[in-house]
Amino acid sequence: MHRLPDFKIPAACGTAGILDRTGRRFNSEDVVRAMSVMRERGNGLGAGFVVYGIYPEHAEEYALHIMAMDQAGLDRLREYLPTALEVVHDEEIPTRPTPTIHDEPVLWRFFVRVPEKRLVGVEPRDERDYLVSTIMFINQEVEGAYVASSGKNMGVFKGVGYPEPIAEFYRLEEYLGHLWVSHTRFPTNTGGWWGGAHPFDVLEWSIVHNGELSSYGVNKRYVESNGYPCTLFTDSEVISYMFDLLCRRHKLSIEMACLAMACPEWEDIDREPDLTRKHLLTLMRQTYAGALLNGPFAVIAGYDGGMVGFCDRLKLRPLAAAIKGDRSYLASEEAAIWAVDGEPEESWPIDAGKPVVFTLEEEKVASLAHSC
Amino acid sequence: MRIDATGLDHRTLNEQIKTAIAAGETEFDLANVCGTRYIGCGIDQEVDIRIEGIPGNDLAAFMSGPRIHCSGSVQDSVANTMNGGLVVVPGHAGDVLGYSMRGGRVYVRENAGYRIGIHMKSYLNQEPTIIIGGRAKDFAGEYMAGGKLIILGLDTPSGEPLAGRYCGSGMHGGAMYVRGEVPEAHIGKGVSVEEITAEDQEMLRATLKPYCEALGLGVEEIMGAPFQKLRATSTRPHGQLYAY
Repeated sequence: MHRLPDFKIPAACGTAGILDRTGRRFNSEDVVRAMSVMRERGNGLGAGFVVYGIYPEHAEEYALHIMAMDQAGLDRLREYLPTALEVVHDEEIPTRPTPTIHDEPVLWRFFVRVPEKRLVGVEPRDERDYLVSTIMFINQEVEGAYVASSGKNMGVFKGVGYPEPIAEFYRLEEYLGHLWVSHTRFPTNTGGWWGGAHPFDVLEWSIVHNGELSSYGVNKRYVESNGYPCTLFTDSEVISYMFDLLCRRHKLSIEMACLAMACPEWEDIDREPDLTRKHLLTLMRQTYAGALLNGPFAVIAGYDGGMVGFCDRLKLRPLAAAIKGDRSYLASEEAAIWAVDGEPEESWPIDAGKPVVFTLEEEKVASLAHSC
Repeated sequence: MRIDATGLDHRTLNEQIKTAIAAGETEFDLANVCGTRYIGCGIDQEVDIRIEGIPGNDLAAFMSGPRIHCSGSVQDSVANTMNGGLVVVPGHAGDVLGYSMRGGRVYVRENAGYRIGIHMKSYLNQEPTIIIGGRAKDFAGEYMAGGKLIILGLDTPSGEPLAGRYCGSGMHGGAMYVRGEVPEAHIGKGVSVEEITAEDQEMLRATLKPYCEALGLGVEEIMGAPFQKLRATSTRPHGQLYAY
């Protein structure tokens, strides 16, 4: 795989997410159908999928999806990995030859645990902190190897191509999950390469992004100063790091994390009649200045408990939400949602800066947690 | 003529319509539409196009003549630079509706999104009209240079603004008519809020009549509530912008 092509094409992106709130698992066909409707939103320079609930047999281990530039990159990782983590199982990610997909990296997955001894003397004693630093080390120091995803019971499958052939290449119809999120890319400021396709992921947090972050410099400094070096040559990766930082480490709710990233403008805060809320908004802007995302964006983030969609404060990129039966949907275009299962019961374009959160039903989350 | 849009890309679909128009066809029923972009784009004949399903972005772009009747909601950029004709939407509309529109009418029964009617303009007898049955979000009528943008707030819950922030910001022509009030903080700089005149009242009744007929509403009931008129205070709001 090449790192970056030397050309640049301007324009959009398409996103879609489907969650079965009861936790019922389904294969890739529905999300692929949704993406097919939005062909004009991508240009074949990147597409990808994240799916949650796919590795029940390895639900207790973190699933590291690896993209290695070549066999040597994978070999270097193989040498390093056992020194940092306990590898329970590893295997090649199954693919099939697909006409429009070429120049693919070496694709491998490792199911890992964090050895107890690694956490001795570490405060707070959180294996996820250790895992994040290990992933960052791999991306930075293990030449030619990148971690595409690292959550439990989930995985990212992405590459250079349109969504349909990428799904075919990865044989995604063979996987079952309760949440699928997908992206088709139309790269704007950075080139299309396998590692730069969406979703971006760290631990349970995966994101797909349509737009571009004019605040990237500030956001990059913020996440890097918190231990997330940016290595993937695109603005979007900061958003997944941001979710991990804000939700896991700072223990903010999903809604509060989105508020930090898309906080109202000062003008609107000045006008806020509810003083408690005004105080909160002021504190959020002051505390999380580095997390504020500026410029046009629509983002779908997946996590263990569900998915969230949110847009920039001026609504410069589209995102619609819908509900039908046990399923919740988010997509750049409402037609993408119709394509899956006809007209939804409820369907609406989401508001600027206001997150729409769809969660797994409580009892299901509890039973999932129990099984882990 | 009935066209099943299943699996048709926008080029094929529009070519089929244009070829049929050239052969004298005037009525079209498009079935199973799901996300096809640019339907009706650039067509300059007075034909009727009924759409069943959900059309894609840029519906009726550059269109100059057809009457398009949708079955439900529409997405973004509908009536982009539309020059003439009619688009009837019984559901809601997405963002950037009627962008740079320069003629014709767009009727939406429910809500509309962000940036509707931005930079719409009029010239001589070309006067675009957008009517929204619900509310509009931020930047409605931004840079508006001509035409009419009417927001009715028919089923809008009290407390929900009829237009979002920066309403009419940069406006320098045309007029917005709002059935109710837009919060003062939402009104863009250089926009004045006025009471409507008897002349406006008559114009509104005449303009709303075909809207109500198309969507099964009562015009007198709508006219029963007070309207406000939003207008630019200057035709050159940025005349001094580069003067220093």
